[in-house]
Amino acid sequence: MDIQQAYHLLYRIRYFEETILENFSKGVFYGTTHTYIGQEANAVGVLHHLQQHDIVFSNHRCHGHFLAYGGDMRALLAEMMGKATGVCGGRGGSQHLHWRNFYSNGVQGGILPVATGMALAEKFKQTEALAVVFLGDGTMGEGVTYEALNLASLWGAPVLFVVENNHIAQTTPIELAVAGNIAARFAAFDIQVHELATADLFEILPVAEKCLQTIRSANSPQALILHTQRFGPHSKGDDTRPPEELARLREQHDPIKTLEKRLRLENIELIQAKVQTEVKSALEQALDDPFPNLDKVQSRPG
Amino acid sequence: MPTSTVLEALNASLKRAFADDKRVYLLGEDILDPYGGAFKVARGLSSAYPDRVLTTPISEAGITGVAAGMAIRGLRPVVEIMFGDFITLIADQLVNHIAKFRWMYNEQVRVPMVIRTPMGGRRGYGPTHSQTLEKLFLGVPGIRVLAVCAYGDPGVLLYKSIIESQDPILFIENKLLYLSKIHSEIDLSDFEIETLDRNISWHEVTPAYRLRIRQTPEPVATLVAYGHMAELAREAILQLAYQHEVFVELIIPTQLAPFDLEPVLTSLRSTQRLVVAEEGTRSMGWGAELIAQASQALGPQLNAVRRVAALDLPVPASGPLESAMLPDVEDVIRATMEIV
Repeated sequence: MDIQQAYHLLYRIRYFEETILENFSKGVFYGTTHTYIGQEANAVGVLHHLQQHDIVFSNHRCHGHFLAYGGDMRALLAEMMGKATGVCGGRGGSQHLHWRNFYSNGVQGGILPVATGMALAEKFKQTEALAVVFLGDGTMGEGVTYEALNLASLWGAPVLFVVENNHIAQTTPIELAVAGNIAARFAAFDIQVHELATADLFEILPVAEKCLQTIRSANSPQALILHTQRFGPHSKGDDTRPPEELARLREQHDPIKTLEKRLRLENIELIQAKVQTEVKSALEQALDDPFPNLDKVQSRPG
Repeated sequence: MPTSTVLEALNASLKRAFADDKRVYLLGEDILDPYGGAFKVARGLSSAYPDRVLTTPISEAGITGVAAGMAIRGLRPVVEIMFGDFITLIADQLVNHIAKFRWMYNEQVRVPMVIRTPMGGRRGYGPTHSQTLEKLFLGVPGIRVLAVCAYGDPGVLLYKSIIESQDPILFIENKLLYLSKIHSEIDLSDFEIETLDRNISWHEVTPAYRLRIRQTPEPVATLVAYGHMAELAREAILQLAYQHEVFVELIIPTQLAPFDLEPVLTSLRSTQRLVVAEEGTRSMGWGAELIAQASQALGPQLNAVRRVAALDLPVPASGPLESAMLPDVEDVIRATMEIV
């Protein structure tokens, strides 16, 4: 991957998420959203080395993962608008996506055993596919997380646990929610841990590649802890952090700015214009898409 | 009849499912031979299929989630939850994951898995090992709840659940039924047993059974009971007939949710009186739902209803206290006599 491609992939997620926040106030989307602004390098870095049959299980903050996986922008926008053309026909909304081998669910912790089971199924079927599951620092609080780590290690599930530690769970800072350290949690289950604190996609790429290679060769789980920062609110307008703190995070941990320093301005502008056209076009198409037929909500007579 | 008890039928059907389909896996606590699970339903499986029988840590939620992942990816896992009381531990997996996937992913996936678990009291196990908790999951869209009974072939019910169903099934096995003989008209010579096997358009449904006492007048009440409660209900209708000359038709469904009311309605159209009996606690339960549905369907045609169930209390360990808390044959007789 060259720097221009990398910048394109990251900026695509960034601009998509900014467009969602901007349009939420216009009432075009249902429900809520959890944007990935600031964490873009994680999804692109981890998923770049996936093979076609590999599985991804994501969480409530899934848009970046979905786009990095190759998911269609218009289908995701349509899903959030509750349209028939949405990823799941409008049934799931922002947090509940399934396309090809990509899945997401909006409840913390419970996706870990499911992803572990998917990985085991592929191992039993001898397909050589693996599973990647994304969790956060907040997920460390759920008990079923540790049941899944134990089972994955005991049974040698080909699964990569990616912890995106953005240091805040909704509004609760990690200091108030996570005792001890995250790496030791994996080590306790004999799961090999890799840890990175970077906003540089090109530092994440080789480590993620190594994790996936190890899983494929050893047929056992691995963990990748990515210390990262979320610049946006948990969902919308619910950020309790002071503006100066957010400004500092954007200054020091922005994966987009990190790449911009290595690009010529004209290239940046070219890529940005291309992405903006793509997102705007996807938004317009999704707005024009039809709502689902109401016969989709019939259950039984009487 | 190749098998004689419910336990033997379930065990044999698991073995048949493993033999017929390599996609079948079993996950559960203490299921390896020679132990074969706390109630021995899995006995013999790990010796025959060591690669597909996974004994697990005490992690009900974890193993249920793992099985869900396996099911989505094309396997047909069976989970054994050692005591039905522990299904509270799998609630998030069942409600927010397993029950949702097919629908919220817009029919793009199926989750064919069976969660088997023993329920019920009358063995003195006390408040946390004797409950009848399936009512917590009745009415959760996306889950079928089945309850084995001592009629028909419990093995076929389990086999079809594992091999043929496209959807997740919570499969309830009452503990006292394990050692019950499977009844036929030969050993229950007082009864006519009819299998009510229907195809309905809106959902898959498993059979119900209808019992009448031979050579008696038309029934004057309809009694509906499932699982082990159906055993007590059968005894009750026998006593009602012979001691009180009150003739009652007993309907025993094997599918609790979604519930197919039609076999009950067919009976009620002539009896106009409904008694529901369940071992679970009384309030907000399965029986209440049946009565609501029947009332709505029949209106003034439904003359009277009674509900027989456990008291709204934890299940006591002491034998006499437990007997007082759980519904028995006398309770069914008394409730029926009140409305005929």
